[in-house]
Amino acid sequence: MQLSGMGFGAMMLPNIPIVGNSVSPEALLEGGIDVALKKRLADAALNAAKSKGATYTDVRIGRYLRQFVITREDKVQNIVNTESYGVGVRVIANGCWGFAAVVDAKTEEDTARAAEEAVAIAKANARLMKQPVQLAPQKGYGEVSWKAPIERNSFEVPIKEKVDLLLGVNDAALKNGANYVNSVLFMVNEQKYFASSDGSYIDQDIHRIWPIFSVTTIDPKTGKFETRQALSAPVGMGYEYLQTNPKDKVTGITTRYNKGYDMLEDVISAAKQTKEKLAAKSVEAGKYDLVLDPSHLWLTIHESVGHPLELDRVLGYEANFAGTSFATLDKWQSKNFNYGSKEVNLFADKTQVGSLGAVGWDDEGVKTKQWDLVKEGTLVNYQAIRDQVHIIGEKESQGCCYADSWGSVQFQRMANVSLAAGKTPLSVSEMIKDVKKGIYIIGDGSFSIDQQRYNFQFGGQLYYEIKDGQIAGMLKDVAYQSNTQEFWNSCVKVCDERDYRLGGSFFDGKGQPQQVSAVSHGSSTARFNGVNVINTARKI
Amino acid sequence: MAILTKEEAKKIIDKVLAFSKADEMSVNLTGSRTGNIRYARNTVSTSGESYDLSLSVTAVYGKRSGTSTINEFDDKSLEKTVRRAEEIARLAPENPEYVPMLGPQTYLESNTFLQSTADINPEYRAKVAFDSIDPCRKKNLTAAGYLEDTTDFFAMGNSKGLFGYNKSTSVEFSVTVRSADGTGSGYVSRDFNDAAKLNAKASTEIAMQKAMASVSAKALEPGKYTVILEPTAALDLIQNMMRSIDARNADEGRSFLSKKGGGTRLGEKLFDERVTIYSDPTNIDIPKAGFSLDGRPQEKVTWVDKGVVKNMAYSRFWAQKQGVKAVPPPQGFIMTGGTQSLADLIKGTQKGILVTRLWYIRAVDPQTLLYTGLTRDGTFYIENGQIKYPVKNFRFNESPIIMLNNLEAMGVPARVNGSMIPPLKIRDFTFTSLSDAV
Repeated sequence: MQLSGMGFGAMMLPNIPIVGNSVSPEALLEGGIDVALKKRLADAALNAAKSKGATYTDVRIGRYLRQFVITREDKVQNIVNTESYGVGVRVIANGCWGFAAVVDAKTEEDTARAAEEAVAIAKANARLMKQPVQLAPQKGYGEVSWKAPIERNSFEVPIKEKVDLLLGVNDAALKNGANYVNSVLFMVNEQKYFASSDGSYIDQDIHRIWPIFSVTTIDPKTGKFETRQALSAPVGMGYEYLQTNPKDKVTGITTRYNKGYDMLEDVISAAKQTKEKLAAKSVEAGKYDLVLDPSHLWLTIHESVGHPLELDRVLGYEANFAGTSFATLDKWQSKNFNYGSKEVNLFADKTQVGSLGAVGWDDEGVKTKQWDLVKEGTLVNYQAIRDQVHIIGEKESQGCCYADSWGSVQFQRMANVSLAAGKTPLSVSEMIKDVKKGIYIIGDGSFSIDQQRYNFQFGGQLYYEIKDGQIAGMLKDVAYQSNTQEFWNSCVKVCDERDYRLGGSFFDGKGQPQQVSAVSHGSSTARFNGVNVINTARKI
Repeated sequence: MAILTKEEAKKIIDKVLAFSKADEMSVNLTGSRTGNIRYARNTVSTSGESYDLSLSVTAVYGKRSGTSTINEFDDKSLEKTVRRAEEIARLAPENPEYVPMLGPQTYLESNTFLQSTADINPEYRAKVAFDSIDPCRKKNLTAAGYLEDTTDFFAMGNSKGLFGYNKSTSVEFSVTVRSADGTGSGYVSRDFNDAAKLNAKASTEIAMQKAMASVSAKALEPGKYTVILEPTAALDLIQNMMRSIDARNADEGRSFLSKKGGGTRLGEKLFDERVTIYSDPTNIDIPKAGFSLDGRPQEKVTWVDKGVVKNMAYSRFWAQKQGVKAVPPPQGFIMTGGTQSLADLIKGTQKGILVTRLWYIRAVDPQTLLYTGLTRDGTFYIENGQIKYPVKNFRFNESPIIMLNNLEAMGVPARVNGSMIPPLKIRDFTFTSLSDAV
């Protein structure tokens, strides 16, 4: 929510959250701690916690590497390399959770001390507990590992290659008529080791990349300006995401991208489209049939499905910050709560290759999987972790526990939540052909939703008017407002799997103190009938 | 250890600077102790305390700069950090917008540190949670809240002789109280430098009253209404506007302060003549450090005077290019108000909506500063000077620029999130749809 999608206005690009110590780019290539040493550090904590009376313990040894390359026009504004390393120990003692973390832990004494501290905190807080923690059983997996299937490690790509790419992108934008352009490459590598008293020792290597830009063009006569942001997606991939391949392109009114992103091609389109936007017709407010591209729909799914179906929100644990949820337990228990139309199948998933949420095991040692949330329109499940699943009658966790750092306590976070592709063959052009009065929206824009996830308003990057089955030109000043249940019930068609693509964000925020999480949302282009569109033009 | 004195900090910074072989070097040294307690469903969910002490070194050769960070303080580690920063700088591309470091500066003194907050311990935090949960339990209400206290220091020095040090404390408390059936909700937030000013019980009681009073809200048609925005609600929109006063964006033609055909609206009357907004690090209600993170002094700056835009914020590069004083962006602001209380504002309203909090505010159009968002945790209908009944939450689409031209009245300013803001009575505030959320 708070940070999800992040409004990458031109002015906001350099404001990037930086976590960890600044290091040289070469330091990012140094191998982390050897896995045998990690096991020794973990065992020391597991043993220390047990001897102090813990009934359950998990240890997370994390090394988090991040690199940001930030440019505008012909200048490199900043290159940031950070590394953060430490160990977090979580225990249950006297029926209560306790957590302690230690930075730069390199010895068994360090991790044992953190474990002892965690037990002491658990025992102190146990007095405030109403009921003891009820943890779903989990089998141990022994010594196992998981690596994101990347082809080219982003951290091994020379800085010069990245700078040349971005400055080339900026140059292309300016040559095609833009007045200003900002571009950024974000790269993340999480090296995570998890061990628990259940007998798991899990070593995982996770990679993410997100290339973005924002192009601005000003009309000197009117003083108006328009922006267009990248149609890229943040992905769980290596630098190969930036290798362009014709099969990863979705052609149409503008090119969109699947598993490979042509940043240069996209910025040229963006520069031209900002000029087109300046001259576009201002939308007439009213009801329209909306055709929503996956580059746009991911954020609507995130806000109106992903968040309300997080069990901690449903129960009230986020009431003072992110809010609660309209999707209360009684609605789920009724087995007939009509979340959407029959066309709507929404699922949670922690396994999809290339997605931001994909891992082998979650941050409490649960093997990841896929499960249904809404089946043919009916609410069937939530997202829950080990200490919650008993509330929804499940015997095992769904595997969506995550902490954004070794120093943060893991808690329930959103899995990739996606709209299943339609089962009947249907292309985007076939879908548009049937629309009499509609708007085709590409890219994510302004987004806002209430604290129980009923009422929302979304904008986009590109809006095209659909008249009698034809695209009639570009529109501007468009935003649509709806209510979650009404909106998903207005879904009449979903294109087939040929059009299925992922969108997502690095910055989904939740909790106090706040933690961020990266999450993807997939869909094919979908049609929603009779949605209320407002005109956002104002005069000041 | 985490909170160093001015002398201890200077000693470390001087030692680091002595290792420098670069053209220019700057050193930032920060330390903090922060604690928190979180509760929900009338029970404590998490609590913790953490310490941090960190040193960051920036080395510069010509227009190339590099930064390295460390949290170990022996001579060997300090020297290693200096060498690493120098090595990164040599490899970095030139930044054509680099501006040489500042020399010695004079900073205003400000009292940002209060011992009462620095003394906060786990027992204090547990008591705050108890004082907030207990009255709710007794009235069959549910509390979810969060307290965070911080004591920190920031010291900076550079090879040109600049040195600055500031020690500060802060405490932030918020609680959401909901009725047992989930049909009523109230919220309160408080922030102070001085924990002695925080009364968790009295604050929670305000949220409890709002929760009870907002049960069974009626639906009103969306449209244009006269609204009274409590300070918590008013702050969000005005703060967004204050974050958009960057001179470079205005000069480049992509800001609400840009003028058609080029130039900016500096000196133009953009708001009602009762609107005055300034910043002042020595303000007793919201004291701030006397300097910015880049070493520029923070002084009293008037941003809007009687409705006229008087100043914009500059980066040092942009100010140098434009040949003007490099006024840094403010760290919190003060909007002057009137003498009326919130109750007086309600009393003087024929027909209107009392908005206690806004939520999920996002920019819709950067050119007009149009924002959308929703009301939350207690919205009420006012008729003939009295609160008549609770109303369902609305979605709004409104610009603070338009809002501050439709100003009817202002009350006494209050501190919210590090700024001072009065309750605002605004006519023709635009609500575009209804929300079922409580």
